[in-house]
Amino acid sequence: MNHPATLRAIRDAVRSRARSVGDVCREALERLDAVEPALHAFNTVTRDQALARAERLDRDLGQWRDRPLVGVPIALKDNLCTQGIRTTASSRILETFVPPYDATAVARLEAAGAVVIGKTNCDEFAMGSSNENSAYGPVRNPWNLEAAPGGSSGGSAAAVAAQCVPLALGSDTGGSIRQPASFCGVVGLKPTYGRVSRYGLLAFASSLDQIGPFGRTVADTALALTAIAGHDPADATSSSSGVPDYASSLTGDVRGVRVGVPRKFVSEGVDDRVRTAFDAALVTLRDQGATIIDIDLPHARFAIPVYYLVATAEASSNLARYDGVKYGYRSPAAKDGSLRVMYNRTRDEGFGAEVKRRIMLGTYVLSAGYYDAFYLKAQQVRTLLRRDYDQAFESVDVVAMPTSPIPPFRLGEKTADPLQMYLADVFTVSVNLAGLPGISIPCGNADGLPIGFQLIGRMFDEASILRVADSYERATEWHKAVPPL
Amino acid sequence: MFSRAEVEAIASLANLELDANEIAMFARQLGEILAYADEVQQVDTRSVPPTASVLAPFPSDRPDEVRPSLARDVALANAPDPAAGAGLFRVPRVIG
Repeated sequence: MNHPATLRAIRDAVRSRARSVGDVCREALERLDAVEPALHAFNTVTRDQALARAERLDRDLGQWRDRPLVGVPIALKDNLCTQGIRTTASSRILETFVPPYDATAVARLEAAGAVVIGKTNCDEFAMGSSNENSAYGPVRNPWNLEAAPGGSSGGSAAAVAAQCVPLALGSDTGGSIRQPASFCGVVGLKPTYGRVSRYGLLAFASSLDQIGPFGRTVADTALALTAIAGHDPADATSSSSGVPDYASSLTGDVRGVRVGVPRKFVSEGVDDRVRTAFDAALVTLRDQGATIIDIDLPHARFAIPVYYLVATAEASSNLARYDGVKYGYRSPAAKDGSLRVMYNRTRDEGFGAEVKRRIMLGTYVLSAGYYDAFYLKAQQVRTLLRRDYDQAFESVDVVAMPTSPIPPFRLGEKTADPLQMYLADVFTVSVNLAGLPGISIPCGNADGLPIGFQLIGRMFDEASILRVADSYERATEWHKAVPPL
Repeated sequence: MFSRAEVEAIASLANLELDANEIAMFARQLGEILAYADEVQQVDTRSVPPTASVLAPFPSDRPDEVRPSLARDVALANAPDPAAGAGLFRVPRVIG
């Protein structure tokens, strides 16, 4: 493959019958087979189901050809429920779990004509920034197999970067779409909280989780967002506000758009190569007619502690459901023990270290005597952080920041110190705490490894960040680079 | 730094049976992470309401109507020890 095919190109080829869906899917599976031994991006490959579905689409193309994603092979993060297809969240505790229903976002992509070819590896229950917390072993970065692909949606990012699929879904609780997109050199979009139904997403932190797409171009992620967004009666937090045709907002014109940069916040702890790439991206946007404006987000420096207090509290509650009773793993050692012993051994054996660490932390900050000092305090600081963004958006249309303060690090480099791993999320977590949409797009390269920057918008204003990101993409070549794999 | 007893008390609340290595590791790590998270104490939050939801107004209450749900056998299909004939999840004896 010399030139990575976009989602749009594949769809148009299927529509015009230049390519059959079967051919497209076989080619995607061949590519997957070729790179998977090196990448380990997939937990499950749904080869037979994909080829059977492709055959049906080809046979009934007349009914399908006008659907927006007809014939497009896709990959899904393995924390999205797929009816009849194993869904593990990369955890031992769900190793054999076969959901009886589809996540709404998955059902909508299939209704749009997409074909699922596999479930992607990720950090266990989406907890991590390097994919090293998967119970099934880490994903490797397609640009350098010794480097982390980012996390937690590392398999989805790697599958798109390695050209197995033009579109993958991930989930983003504190950066888990944007950071791996940055590390793997692809586009990753975290929609506004409430824009995409979370029904069927295995819950990590329910006030922060959001499903979003990875693509090779901004236009492809816009098409995917239009397909998955919108109200769902099965998720009470999904918004009923109308879904625009996001592709139509990609005008290429950013004249007069005000881009806010929190200079003080992004001045510390940023790798020089990231800083250089980010500054160059701002110059490009300015040259295209955008206005760059300094803003202040005075509480952003508290975003990491607030995030790790709020997210772990919610996780400790959400993961209480994994108890060896209704689904998943049950410890065989607990056969003759009490119910309590069964619960506790099942959870000790079924969860990995990072998940246990976060359950422990969350349990502690919610416990009597510490709730006010930690959890309540964090939720109050979260209010102040949201007000910072509200104030910034009075004078700017979008906010720009690096996605990650550092380029992709080596696998194993940060596993010994969880706090150091958490600090790498400094620029992504505030976006989830405020519920805002954010997109990461490729903007540079550090010794052969990709660098991205992110654009953050007002609530439900994905259109603006997509427009600015697309305009930047039109002026640059970074997204066209292909990993040497 | 947490004491061993403190870590065991948290683990008990969380329904986790940790081994000695995990207890030692978490005693150190939870202490380090919370020492860092304690930064939030410097922020003046008097009269600041906590964030309950980022969505305002809360989007969509729905009518409280009975709707179809999973069939019983489907709901039991993933259970590690289903009592399928009785339509129940089997667990270790609770009452002696």
